[in-house]
Amino acid sequence: MFLHDFLHLPVRLHLTACYSLLSTRQGPQVALTPAAQARVFKYEGASGLPRGLRMSLNLVIVLCLTAVLGPTLVHTLCSGSTDANKVRLSIKTALGDEAYDWDESEMFLFKATIAFAMRKCNKKQYEVSNIQVCNATQRVSFWFVVTDPKTEDLVSGKDVEKAVRMSRNRINSAFLLTDKTLEFVNIPPTLAAPVKPATPPWLIVFGVVIGLVGAGIAAILISTFIQKKRERGGIKEREEDEEEEAGQRNGVFCTVQEGADSNINPGFIEDDPFTKL
Amino acid sequence: MKLKLPNLDLDDRIPSHQQLEKLEVEGAADRPKWDNKAQYLLTCVGFCVGLGNVWRFPYLCQSHGGGAFMIPFLILLVLEGIPLLHLEFAIGQRLRKGSVGVWTAIHPYLTGVGVASMLVSFLVGLYYNTIIAWVMWYFFNSFQDPLPWSHCPINANKTGLVSECARSSPVDYFWYRETLNTSTNIEDAGGLQWRLVLCLLCAWTVLYVCCVRGIETTGKAVYVTSTLPYVVLTIFLIRGLTLKGSLSGIKFLFTPNVTELTNPATWLDAGAQVFYSFSLAFGGLISFSSYNSVYNNCEQDAVVISVINGCTSVFSATVIYSIIGFRATEKYEDCMARNILDLMNAFDRPEGNITLNNYEQVLQNLASTSPLVVKSLNLKSCDMQTFLSEGVEGTGLAFIVFTEAITKMPISPLWSILFFIMLFCLGLSTMFGNTEGVIIPLQDLKIFPKNWPKEVLTGITCLISFLIALIFVQRSGNYWLALFDRFAGSIPLLIIAFCEMVAVVYLYGIDRFNKDIEFMIGHKPNMFWQATWRVISPLIMMLIFLFYFVTKVREEATYIAWDPESATFPTLANVLYPNWVYIIIFLLAGVPSLAVPYMAVFRLIRDCGRKRDHDYKTKELTTFSAKIQMSDK
Repeated sequence: MFLHDFLHLPVRLHLTACYSLLSTRQGPQVALTPAAQARVFKYEGASGLPRGLRMSLNLVIVLCLTAVLGPTLVHTLCSGSTDANKVRLSIKTALGDEAYDWDESEMFLFKATIAFAMRKCNKKQYEVSNIQVCNATQRVSFWFVVTDPKTEDLVSGKDVEKAVRMSRNRINSAFLLTDKTLEFVNIPPTLAAPVKPATPPWLIVFGVVIGLVGAGIAAILISTFIQKKRERGGIKEREEDEEEEAGQRNGVFCTVQEGADSNINPGFIEDDPFTKL
Repeated sequence: MKLKLPNLDLDDRIPSHQQLEKLEVEGAADRPKWDNKAQYLLTCVGFCVGLGNVWRFPYLCQSHGGGAFMIPFLILLVLEGIPLLHLEFAIGQRLRKGSVGVWTAIHPYLTGVGVASMLVSFLVGLYYNTIIAWVMWYFFNSFQDPLPWSHCPINANKTGLVSECARSSPVDYFWYRETLNTSTNIEDAGGLQWRLVLCLLCAWTVLYVCCVRGIETTGKAVYVTSTLPYVVLTIFLIRGLTLKGSLSGIKFLFTPNVTELTNPATWLDAGAQVFYSFSLAFGGLISFSSYNSVYNNCEQDAVVISVINGCTSVFSATVIYSIIGFRATEKYEDCMARNILDLMNAFDRPEGNITLNNYEQVLQNLASTSPLVVKSLNLKSCDMQTFLSEGVEGTGLAFIVFTEAITKMPISPLWSILFFIMLFCLGLSTMFGNTEGVIIPLQDLKIFPKNWPKEVLTGITCLISFLIALIFVQRSGNYWLALFDRFAGSIPLLIIAFCEMVAVVYLYGIDRFNKDIEFMIGHKPNMFWQATWRVISPLIMMLIFLFYFVTKVREEATYIAWDPESATFPTLANVLYPNWVYIIIFLLAGVPSLAVPYMAVFRLIRDCGRKRDHDYKTKELTTFSAKIQMSDK
């Protein structure tokens, strides 16, 4: 706080900016241009302060700069680097009323799951601090990079992709989301191969229907055959009966009432010796 | 006004009223008859109510001014449909024969009308049963969850969806690729699709089982096939009305646009729809009514069946459009959700910031502040009207639009099974009439020996039809079917119907016809029937025929084809017919139509040769002994 009393106004402005930048974690980060950086140094030189104070000032300014530049360095590491990945979450779409808010602890969980995925894949001891996140927006989207636990170098994008793909299910379920609602923008989800049953289901239904139809045809044809056989047997019986009856009549004085008899010819029955002529 | 053409020896060819009375008492031994009136009515209703009620009428209704279309439809129903129906019922019941028998009895030179009916029934039956085969394929595939047409298959190297499917839609892909495996044009026949061959076999064997003994077996089958569609339609209506967006579909259907009434195409489409919807001139109705009792009230039947047919059309239109409204709403919301997501992702807005309500406003804001970004997103415009009017007629309705709607409903397999059973029953009951219209004329023309049982006759007909219908299960089968539908089932029917009316009213004689109806139902037909039979209906038939003929001749000979390589994909491409298609068109439309004059000329030539014998025979009969009774009988 005592720094504000002793320093030149422009420097103070830069420092307040530096201070406010230090205190925020989220929000768009603005990189200091080289010209601005130069101005800070220039004003420091021109103030004409005592040497001890100047040195402590330098220290403070260097610290400040690292504080300011540090995130910006990471920032250029983050979104500028080819090894960075963008993540997009659609929590409200997935969960509706049961959606949770995205806050610090959720971000921590995310870093932890990525670290878990990296451990599973590479078998190295990744920590939460190895996952750097930046450019978080209200959409809920952000970029992240993974640094190697031992060498502090960036892990290549391909390795990160491999790790994420391997544990995608676990990562999704940690957040109660799906492949679509927890998007890794450059990592397309592997499509699940569809389950192919041994016999296509339609063939089974077809078999059932054809079986029923075949049974129907057989039933009808058999019943027709049986009916015809019965009819033929019945006709033979009736014919035999009629012949017996006809044999009993001797043709004289018989009254031919049943007109349906086809085997008696009315023309030859001499029932009336006197014709009308 | 009472024109009557000369018609010799009509009394010799038709049973007299006394003979009919005797027949009624004794019963004709060899002629089948209905078990009860309900069977007869259900069979006729089943024949009339077919796939056209479900997928042609709703489209016509919506495209010709919605509620206003009811006016021409109802007027032409009354002036054209009911009189023709009554005429066919009455003449069949009076002369007690199938179509060839009836027209030959009225005048031998008119055999051609019956033959034409038979040919048209045969050709239409070929492709109609193929549609039933397609329905069966979809039915067989409905017994799985998720339905196979709800998602695109993954391509061979598992990196994404099959390209043809990704560019169009899963339902399109399943219809054109996995069902039809369609080629790109009619000339490229491709091979037989074994899956569809099996389904076609199934369709023809089911038809055989139901028709094997004529109305003995179909009479039992219609208890199910004619009533089940109504049950299913009611279930769908209840389901449809509870879905979101269904009322917008119904509103879209019935919103009247009275200016459409001034468009002559509306009236002509209404007339054609009434005509085809009643399955007139196929000969099946004449056959069915010939099995009735002589005193059956055919006038009442005609009115009842017409009313049922009209109401079914309107009812099914309501059901179809409620489901279409639901589908359109779902598609619209999907489309908007995709656009909103794209905007949110591009501009990093928090979720819920852009909703359906403020979408337009936000889009305008963003377009003005960062137009390049908005442009690069390629947002599709989502229009409810487009979605509502998408592909809603014919096979496109049943197999693409409706199946897509079903995939969006919960418990999709159940709705799919119900829908395809309904279509199957509608189609099968119409096929009963078609089969009757083919087999009875074959019997009357004595093409098969008389001692062959009916089962064999039906079997041979079904087998030959199945073999010819294999054209429709090739890769280009869909195009062949469209060709048949366009030409075989349109113009010849109009000619036959016109000839029927002229034959009954002017050759048979309207006086005789009136007396017959009085004998059969107890009272003479009133002024309405006289006016429509004599003047109004033939005039309407002639107008519709002329309009159809002129339009068809002037039409470009093109058809729509599914071509993944075309520029307009996934919209179907317009392709020109090859030159040899004109021969096919002549065979389909020309041969049945020309059968009418051909048979007349053929008989004329045959009779001229026999004329001398005819005179000689009549002389022989006028002998002495024939006039005096020899025995006391």
